[in-house]
Amino acid sequence: MLAKRIIPCLDVKEGRVVKGVQFVGLRDAGDPVEVARLYDAQGADELTFLDITASHEKRGIILDVVGRTAEEVFIPLTVGGGICALDDIRNLLNAGADKVSINTAAVRRPEFIREASGRFGSQCIVVAIDAKQVSEAPLRWEIYTHGGRRPTGIDALEWARRMEDLGAGEFLVTSMDRDGTRDGYDNALNRSISEITEVPLIASGGVGGLQHLYDGIHLGKADAVLAASIFHYREYTVHQVKEYLSSRGICVRL
Amino acid sequence: MIAIVDYGMGNLRSVQKGFEKVGHPARVVQDPESIRAASALVLPGVGAFRDCMGHLEERMLRDPIRAHIESGKPYLGICLGLQILFTESEEFGRCEGLNIIPGKVRKFRFEQEKGGKASPYKIPHMGWNAIRKVNAPPVLADVPDGAYLYFVHSYFVDPEDATVVATKTDYGLEFTSMIWKDNIFATQFHPEKSQALGLSILKNFAELSANGASRP
Repeated sequence: MLAKRIIPCLDVKEGRVVKGVQFVGLRDAGDPVEVARLYDAQGADELTFLDITASHEKRGIILDVVGRTAEEVFIPLTVGGGICALDDIRNLLNAGADKVSINTAAVRRPEFIREASGRFGSQCIVVAIDAKQVSEAPLRWEIYTHGGRRPTGIDALEWARRMEDLGAGEFLVTSMDRDGTRDGYDNALNRSISEITEVPLIASGGVGGLQHLYDGIHLGKADAVLAASIFHYREYTVHQVKEYLSSRGICVRL
Repeated sequence: MIAIVDYGMGNLRSVQKGFEKVGHPARVVQDPESIRAASALVLPGVGAFRDCMGHLEERMLRDPIRAHIESGKPYLGICLGLQILFTESEEFGRCEGLNIIPGKVRKFRFEQEKGGKASPYKIPHMGWNAIRKVNAPPVLADVPDGAYLYFVHSYFVDPEDATVVATKTDYGLEFTSMIWKDNIFATQFHPEKSQALGLSILKNFAELSANGASRP
């Protein structure tokens, strides 16, 4: 049986981990490679780096980080943030990334997803869907870009269908209402997308405790759950999360 | 020397780093001559079957790869490197493979649930799934029955000859997740992405290759 995936996510800026990872025993808790190695040892199923480097000139630094990670960590690695050209994707894959996650560039020009999946294969093209609830009855969500600052007027469910048609291999769905709140995933949003599309879905945004991860899988129908702070602040190890999910009847790789 | 064939289908870095990590450096090669010179061949790759066959043809690698396999030297196929061994794939109509292992490459198809909801079996089959050993080769010596390994694919192989099936995996149906025939070891899962268990497969393959044995 396919196991549900647990994916720690690191925000990386100019090659350094931001949102202070709190670990004892790490030589350099700001080095993404060290943190990646630690999560790998804890049994993470995949890793995600979100590159939030603002300056264009310093964008290349992430390639070095990816390259060094790929030398030591033998689990899938996804990189997102600022990807807007086929060359960006090629460089990341060549450096050792397995998947790239694309948001703004897809909204700006949806055909980019067709070109990217045509060139590199759907399996490495993750479409990041950042959505915010805009109506309660009927429930509706809208796509946001630029880290949740800019509304687009696009309906999130229609967008997911369209991205699937253009070749998206996976969705990374982040609730802009929940991100950073520790109130749990938006399970209604995730379930709605999961039930109308065929590609796997990663739930993201809002995890504050173990129950949220269970709900993301059980109620939100997510195939994978992504979290940052509960791992960074040492509230739980990946292994503890998996033991908990397993005790509640969820199939995980222990 | 172990040669990893670069034919333009995805990143080979993880595979190369994987061999390095287990103490058996491998070379990435792109030309027919280097393939002929290799003592063992690794063909990784993810993506489309048709593109893969097209690239092998263009680079004139098809015949040297076939010759390598037929000579009895060790071959490790990963994902596409497994699928292209077969007679044909259903991808985009019909597409011919190397026809070294008789059988077809089929697409996962799952019915919608009641009410038009998408099947819980998503495509691609992506993530960690368990293998069931059927006739496991020595390269799997350190991988226990039921172990989880990493998969990412939308097509699976369906061999005509059941004796080549090394492992099976469940995903809506039971499919062949590895084959073994003499010197041919080929996995649907990705050893290079399957942590220590995956690396043990690369190590065992490298050792078997270094011993010059085509048979255990």
